[in-house]
Amino acid sequence: MSATPEKPAENGVNVDALLGAREALGETPEAGKFVWRATNEWLHGTHSRSSVEGYFGLGGEHDHKSTFAFESDHPLVFAAEDNAATPVEIVLVGLASCLTAGVAAVAQNRDIQLRSVKATVEADMDIAGILGADPDVRNGFSGVRVKYDIDADADADDIEALVAQSQKRSAVFDILTNPTNVTVEVG
Amino acid sequence: MSDGVNRITTLVVGAGHAGLAISHYLAACSIDHLVVERGEVGHSWRTERWDSLRLLTPNWQARVPGLAYDGGDPDGFMDMAEVVEFLERYARLVDPPLETRTTVEAVRGRGAGYEVVTDRGVWHAATVVLASGGFNVARVPPFAAALPEFVESMTPLGYRRPSALRDGGVLVVGASATGVQIADEVHRSGRPVTLAVGEHVRMPRTYRGKDILWWMDRTGLHDERYDEVDDIVRARRVPAPQLVGTPERATLDLNALTGEGVRLVGRLVGFADGGTAQFSGSLRNKCSLADLKLGRLLGTIDEWIVEHGLEGEVEPSERFAPTGVEESPPLVLDLAREGIRTVIWATGYEPDHSWLHVPVFDHRGRIRHDGGVVSGAPGLYRIGLNFLRRRKSSFIHGSDDDARDLVDHLAGHLGARAPAKVA
Repeated sequence: MSATPEKPAENGVNVDALLGAREALGETPEAGKFVWRATNEWLHGTHSRSSVEGYFGLGGEHDHKSTFAFESDHPLVFAAEDNAATPVEIVLVGLASCLTAGVAAVAQNRDIQLRSVKATVEADMDIAGILGADPDVRNGFSGVRVKYDIDADADADDIEALVAQSQKRSAVFDILTNPTNVTVEVG
Repeated sequence: MSDGVNRITTLVVGAGHAGLAISHYLAACSIDHLVVERGEVGHSWRTERWDSLRLLTPNWQARVPGLAYDGGDPDGFMDMAEVVEFLERYARLVDPPLETRTTVEAVRGRGAGYEVVTDRGVWHAATVVLASGGFNVARVPPFAAALPEFVESMTPLGYRRPSALRDGGVLVVGASATGVQIADEVHRSGRPVTLAVGEHVRMPRTYRGKDILWWMDRTGLHDERYDEVDDIVRARRVPAPQLVGTPERATLDLNALTGEGVRLVGRLVGFADGGTAQFSGSLRNKCSLADLKLGRLLGTIDEWIVEHGLEGEVEPSERFAPTGVEESPPLVLDLAREGIRTVIWATGYEPDHSWLHVPVFDHRGRIRHDGGVVSGAPGLYRIGLNFLRRRKSSFIHGSDDDARDLVDHLAGHLGARAPAKVA
């Protein structure tokens, strides 16, 4: 088989811009300080609506192209109305979205053409924790499993490396695997 | 004692304050019994406590059925030698049928009663009361196994005094009574202490001129029953309050510790990469919860004072500064870089029931009981566990009401005798 020059990969991620941003941060590290925000309002029962509108970064305020809304509720087996996904499921959505974005970005940077990337996320939870039925059981997940199914112009090892690098640079992966100081205030 | 099988109506395992109180009431009901004790009277108090420990209950609260403190320092706190002396005096008073240096190796069901195998003979008993202590084993989280080898791991049962520790920093895990007391004396010894703080109960030593436990006694909080509280599973797990018994009647809350230079971190959640300790980001929340709960306790006391017309007779109401927590407490600590050479697991205690071969345990190995009446095992009783029957159950003075109730039930079970009616 003869080596033929290939078309550069095109996954739709502007890697040059990202690398440029990393370089720029070296000179103005303050620009890297972001503040992410969401607001949440109770609707009824366990049903609530969150909005994401703007954020702070690169030294200034920014608006998203539009305001994004996310509803959340609890399922029927919790005697709730199941109007929307459960908050813990939204956490899984956040993890998968973050890792997939990372896979695309890393693939672009490594010149790997992606054809399809599918992730399945599962988390184990014993609700004895949140119900207070067993104080030894934690409220949160006891484990999270992500399975990637990737079709790309790369061998199995390279695909594995893509997914590994994506975890290494993932904000949500870090948020779920490492502690974070959380402050909740009233009024 | 013969080599053969001995028969007895009631066998009591353990000659601490609870076992002796049980014996007191059994004798009052003329129930034939024997107390067996693995060591001497008050064995745990003699052998499983650190040197400086004093009771966190004041002397006036040292009362057991038939005996109350009558010394000259009612507001003081007994050290371990004084506790042992008090128990020896109580043992002489109760004068129970007692076999010391007799270790129970197995308790099994046998017919309608029980077989108790000891290293000095076998007894068949119609009823058995387990008074073997609630704090026999130090509970240590499973991830303790991942502690790097350059750090010495120790539980409060093995801890004796700061000078026996290596030089260098110490991570004390847990901020209940044990954790704050050890953190305090270790830090004072010149070994800088980091204290990992999860759920805890904050209390001032004194409030409005009286010991906080005096108020809890007086307002009836200590008498609250296990079948009256909202959530007994939770109530039984509430950690021991941040109290210490000192001649100065000093308060030993987290603010006192940070004032000395102790560093607070969140609940320890594990070790990563060998030598990095990871802490929960919930420190602020745990401290707020404890501050709010303290506020409710003081509010309850204030209301009681008003209701009982004592407002002018005691010192004025007071509120304490919120627990100070730094803006962003550390979430990870590299143990080697921080110079931490010792970890002390003040993460709770549990009773040892390894010799109890009766199917009475839940899926976590805890004995199932209804206020000390062991479930599914008629004639088997347990005394001396947290909130067994009342909030005060784990205190020395809590054994009186519990022992009376349980002997009442036991006598009813035996049937032949009328239930105890003794004061």
